[in-house]
Amino acid sequence: MRSRRVATWLAVSTTVVVTAGACGGSGDGAGGSGSDRSDATISIYVTEPENPLVPGNSTEAGGGRVLEALFTGLVEYDPRTGEPRNAVAESIETTDSKIYTITLNDGWTFHDGTPVTAKSFADAWNYTAYSPNGQQSASFFTQIQGFDQVNTQDPDGSDGPQQAPQPAAKEMSGLKVIDDRTLEVTLAEPFSVFPTQLGYSAFAPLPEAFFADQAAFEANPIGNGPFRFVSRQPSVNILVERYENYAGAVKPSVRAVEMRVYASSEAAYQDVVAGNLDFMEVIPPSALAGRLFETDLPGRSASETYLGIQTVSFPVYDPRFQNPDLRKAISMAIDREAVNQQIFDGLKPPADGYVAPGVPGRVPNQCGELCTHQPERAKQMFDATGFQGPIELTSNVDAGNQEWMQAVCTTISNALARECNFVPVPAFGEFRTAINAHEMTAIYRSGWVADYPSIENFLNPQYRTGGSSNDGLYSNPAVDATLAQADAAPSVEQGNALYQEAERMALADMPAIPVYFQSVQSGWSERLDNVIVDPFRRLDLFSVTVS
Amino acid sequence: MGRYVLRRMLQLVPVFIGATFLIYVLVWALPGDPFAAKCGDRPCPDAYITAMRERFNLDDSVFVQYGKYLLGLLQGDFGETFSGIQVSELIANAYPVTLKLALVALVIEAVIGLTAGVVTGLRPGGYLDNLVLVSTLFLIAIPVFVTGFVLQVTLGLRWGIIDPTVSAQADFSELIVPGFVLGSLSMAYVTRLARTSISENRRSDYVRTAVAKGLRPRRVVGVHLLRNSAIPVITFLGVDLGALMGGAIVTEGIFNIRGIGGLVYRSILTKEGATVTGVVVLLVIVYLLMNLLVDVLYAVLDPRIRYD
Repeated sequence: MRSRRVATWLAVSTTVVVTAGACGGSGDGAGGSGSDRSDATISIYVTEPENPLVPGNSTEAGGGRVLEALFTGLVEYDPRTGEPRNAVAESIETTDSKIYTITLNDGWTFHDGTPVTAKSFADAWNYTAYSPNGQQSASFFTQIQGFDQVNTQDPDGSDGPQQAPQPAAKEMSGLKVIDDRTLEVTLAEPFSVFPTQLGYSAFAPLPEAFFADQAAFEANPIGNGPFRFVSRQPSVNILVERYENYAGAVKPSVRAVEMRVYASSEAAYQDVVAGNLDFMEVIPPSALAGRLFETDLPGRSASETYLGIQTVSFPVYDPRFQNPDLRKAISMAIDREAVNQQIFDGLKPPADGYVAPGVPGRVPNQCGELCTHQPERAKQMFDATGFQGPIELTSNVDAGNQEWMQAVCTTISNALARECNFVPVPAFGEFRTAINAHEMTAIYRSGWVADYPSIENFLNPQYRTGGSSNDGLYSNPAVDATLAQADAAPSVEQGNALYQEAERMALADMPAIPVYFQSVQSGWSERLDNVIVDPFRRLDLFSVTVS
Repeated sequence: MGRYVLRRMLQLVPVFIGATFLIYVLVWALPGDPFAAKCGDRPCPDAYITAMRERFNLDDSVFVQYGKYLLGLLQGDFGETFSGIQVSELIANAYPVTLKLALVALVIEAVIGLTAGVVTGLRPGGYLDNLVLVSTLFLIAIPVFVTGFVLQVTLGLRWGIIDPTVSAQADFSELIVPGFVLGSLSMAYVTRLARTSISENRRSDYVRTAVAKGLRPRRVVGVHLLRNSAIPVITFLGVDLGALMGGAIVTEGIFNIRGIGGLVYRSILTKEGATVTGVVVLLVIVYLLMNLLVDVLYAVLDPRIRYD
């Protein structure tokens, strides 16, 4: 007994020493000793970026991978916990969650050698927010004072004949560059989550070269991140290499990263198994079936949840779906565990709330029994609503959503003794067009992957009146008021408690049914060590080493 | 002959204009807004959509859009993708790869198919004939993606003879297995065509005459019989080469070959009208030229055929 305890203790202490050694090694890198720096190039899977490589104009995963390596924002997120910590920022101070004084660290430079100053941030943000520039991520700056002066709305939408009026100003009045290292940001309303938001790629700084010649910048992006751009061959690869003057505290060990474009994840998977590709984070369904990847890649794969949730949403604007009891009945009719076991081999845990696991501020089981399988109660409730006709579920089917949607439909049908049909839509573009136009007549698949790790990001965009992703046009003044209160909370902790309350209130209305939490299955080659997949399902390029 | 070729070349012009216009309109008529899916699970800002539409002339009527596109095309400008990459660059990268793959597939199907066809055609009903009959039936019955995956997994992963995917350089040696997969179906057809043709012509008068003249069997088969029997096979191979150069979406996908098929497929999904039209225009021209080449080859093979 005693000896076993000693053995355990020894094991623990060894682990600590090893871990400490690893940390020390990385830390030394900053000091310039560079003992654990390797000359290795690793290859990782990406999809072809769909947008120019400009941080404020790219929101999809392929481009995001590249931009993440090229740019570092004021804050960054811990690859294990997702907690924000200062990166370019030395400190972010506020007393009222409205006026933030951001001090920058010394010594940060862009890859062309020019310094990263407060102006680099202010110019980049103003550029992205200014509506005539037509940047995708403009809406991330809504909170900053003066946003409405630089970003005007088209009165009849982009389809109508009218043009959006020319904005009155080119710069947001809430951004003040005090000196090279100090930026003062004034928000229109207090917003306690603002510092967390700053790690999102839309908030990255831009060098002067961007404003001088944008086409040249797009062909050869210049960032301030741990890796600098080397070359790009469209639909083949993007090559980045370690930026030796990177000012971050932790520096990457690998010398270069080849981001290799694959047309299909199946082909990439074969390459990982054969050792031709070092890392991929989307193991294809063919290898998930029966958990084949665990035998193909022994000890070289991981399955974990990330900051994403899969829901099915109601078009609340459709009078047929306005009764909350109907929505709750359908939620209780879904057998989430059966779907998880039958379709996903137990890899995607049933959702018990609107916020994904691992998000700071989340509490489990917010949904309670509304998200559990209760066929009798569901049927009773459903029959009382007098809903006519078959239940219809719809989704795009170009990214493999058909199977689980159909399974959900079957469980609903079994519980409610009502016909349930799955209506496939061929392409995501077509599907989104109908959603954006608020022309949905069926319950539709919706999902959310966090932009930044905060409970706030799961609620405000989706469940607040006028939220940027509130496609079902759900509106509840009480939820809005609680969310506003949470935004204005003096501290993150107090804010989180209010967000949790708002989440419970929204769940009681059930404008969207949580189905499962997204999980990522990643696999890597035999040469990689210290593989950490961060909450954004990216390989942490700082910690990965090559043996 | 020269005038015939010239006339056929002139015919390319209206076909070119008609085909580009049709493709342009078809891409334009695809359901869904090209920018609806650009921003993930949230709608894109109106300002972004307005700016992009202006940049790609999407607010004009489809005729004006097409006119602008054609004007650019005549000046050698294939346009650019929504991510700002020149379409000409994409085509220049992808086309040589597709061409190589098509050639490899064509050589494999022609060599193996013709050999098997001749051998079985000369001895119909034998053991070999039955074996080839069964194997061609087998090949025809299996979809390409099954052949592709099976070969990739057995040769690439289990036995480690080849890399499971093709590198960006796409050397000929890497393309042998994908080429075989791609050509396997046509190989079966070539075999069947050649076999039928040979066994039919074997009984024809001119072969009997040649044999009666006392020519050596090798010359009878190699020159007299094969030349006449090759016509249907050449027709088939010509059409097939045109199809192969149109890219092979499935085979390219399995082996991650950066060819033209995958490019068109991705561009259709993302509604990149400029890319789709640019590539398809090129394919149309290649297809027409291939057909012309086949027609000219007829005259070479069969002196009775004359154009002029």
